[in-house]
Amino acid sequence: MSVATQDTAIRTGRVVRTLIYLVLLLFALFYMLPLYVMVVNSVKPLDEITGGGMMNLPQVLTFEPWVKAWSAAQIGVEPTGLSPYFWNSIKMVVPAVAISTVLGALNGYVLTKWRFKYDTILFGLMLFACFIPFQIVLIPMARMLGMMGMAGSTSGLVLVHVVYGIGFTTLYFRNYYAVFPTELVRAAQIDGAGFFQIFWRILLPSSGPIAVVSIIWQFTNIWNDFLFGASFAGADSQPMTVALNNLVQASHGVKEYNVHFAGAILAALPTLLVYIVAGRYFVRGLMAGSVKG
Amino acid sequence: MAMQADADFKTKLQIWLPKLVLSPSVALMVVFVYGFIIFSVYLSFTDSRLLPSYGWVGLENYSKLWRLSHWETSITNMGIFAFLYIGICTVLGLSLAIFLDQKIRAEGMLRTIYLYPMALSFIVTGTAWKWFLDPGIGLENVMQSWGWTSFEFDWIKNSDFAIYTVVLAAVWQTSGFVMAMFLAGLRGIDNEILKAAQMDGASNWNLYRRIVIPQLRPAFLSAFVILSHLAIKTFDLVIALTGGGPGRATELPATFMYSYTFSRNQMGIGAASATIMLMTIAAIMIPYLYAELREKK
Repeated sequence: MSVATQDTAIRTGRVVRTLIYLVLLLFALFYMLPLYVMVVNSVKPLDEITGGGMMNLPQVLTFEPWVKAWSAAQIGVEPTGLSPYFWNSIKMVVPAVAISTVLGALNGYVLTKWRFKYDTILFGLMLFACFIPFQIVLIPMARMLGMMGMAGSTSGLVLVHVVYGIGFTTLYFRNYYAVFPTELVRAAQIDGAGFFQIFWRILLPSSGPIAVVSIIWQFTNIWNDFLFGASFAGADSQPMTVALNNLVQASHGVKEYNVHFAGAILAALPTLLVYIVAGRYFVRGLMAGSVKG
Repeated sequence: MAMQADADFKTKLQIWLPKLVLSPSVALMVVFVYGFIIFSVYLSFTDSRLLPSYGWVGLENYSKLWRLSHWETSITNMGIFAFLYIGICTVLGLSLAIFLDQKIRAEGMLRTIYLYPMALSFIVTGTAWKWFLDPGIGLENVMQSWGWTSFEFDWIKNSDFAIYTVVLAAVWQTSGFVMAMFLAGLRGIDNEILKAAQMDGASNWNLYRRIVIPQLRPAFLSAFVILSHLAIKTFDLVIALTGGGPGRATELPATFMYSYTFSRNQMGIGAASATIMLMTIAAIMIPYLYAELREKK
């Protein structure tokens, strides 16, 4: 996180400090509330929820809702649970993240160390593409995927996520390489190192942190995407978010809130784990995407 | 001779290689972003319905669009939503950042808690809030079962108030991010100025009002740009939380575009609404990106 350790020099009195702690704690509770609701209600029988006990800890602890959400809940027409959709998401996320990160690294390298006329304009155009409302590309994208024979397929979704992810990955690597000493690159050039050699031997070895930022950002964004999944996925390529929404919005039968909550946690778990393990990099990605590099 | 040609080729290759490496990304961008934008904008001037069709109708889709009460509802909702969402996130984010900046114990943990919603999908957020706010099983039911029998909270089912539940869930999700942006800004302020002002007897309130907050201008600008672009793009959250309802009470331009294009077979009108969304975002983003990129040179 680009937040340095230095705190403000402002002094506050004891009463004010207590109040500040109170407010901060209160908001911590506010942010934790939905997570608490999801967790406790995913491990209790349905009648405890409908009987007014949503905020209570479970009286009877059961993992049935988790099992049901994972492998037996009715989603669409089949009672498959969320598991096949979880794997659909994995199959989509892994190649999309890998390809967009590699392209971003190469683009960042070219845009900083092999500058040419209008490269900033080109980068600006790439960057703007990150912020467009994707509604503007939905119609032609559907046509294009159809023409390429990729309609409703995982590879189609990979393509979509790569295309609209390159802007961010390029941004990360460009800002990172911009402060990398260009003299090193020039010196290697004089020694006869080629384009790829310089990238491979000189820039890549020190690109670890920004690669992590880029991978985490792309992983979180693509895993959490709903619009593209809902628009372009077929029955056997629907990602987790679309399946969860279908599960929760299903109008038939009894609403099994506990199963919905378990499903929501399952959908949140991968990105939440990444956040807990590597939150620092996630925040860095967030900030780089907003406050420049 | 052969070696000479080979060397020539190699030098030429080295000159062209950077551009060659960049070209797949540029090609993707030209086709899938700008080409598609042109295509969609073009469709908004045609009589496309279920499928794209190329009969030119001029501005008819736009004039139809602005006469639709459904669109009017979406725009009104966007106004309410964007105003409250941006306003509340900014005030809350700034306040939390200032509080967190007072040498708080466990600052790292609090920051982690405030920010984790950003890692979640809007579908997950929508699901959690949907059932928590549901009068049948959520807050209302809980309060009543705790003995407060007259407690009522049915905003999510009430078409006059449902839009505020979307604001609530959206603020929950992104205010921590705004906090982080302001905190980064605060940590960049020179403490010497503050100390000097404090020596001169300035009150804390005045210190923040006169010295700190004015210096946070870049953070305010970034927060505004990011939040307004997120507001205009809000789609998944509404789908998961309210489905645009009750009735049309929480429809936004993004959900309008989706239903007109894909369920109602009014592609021309859908494309027109998407074009308006794009122009709104462009009006905010282009000057911002332009300034950012120019500054860097």
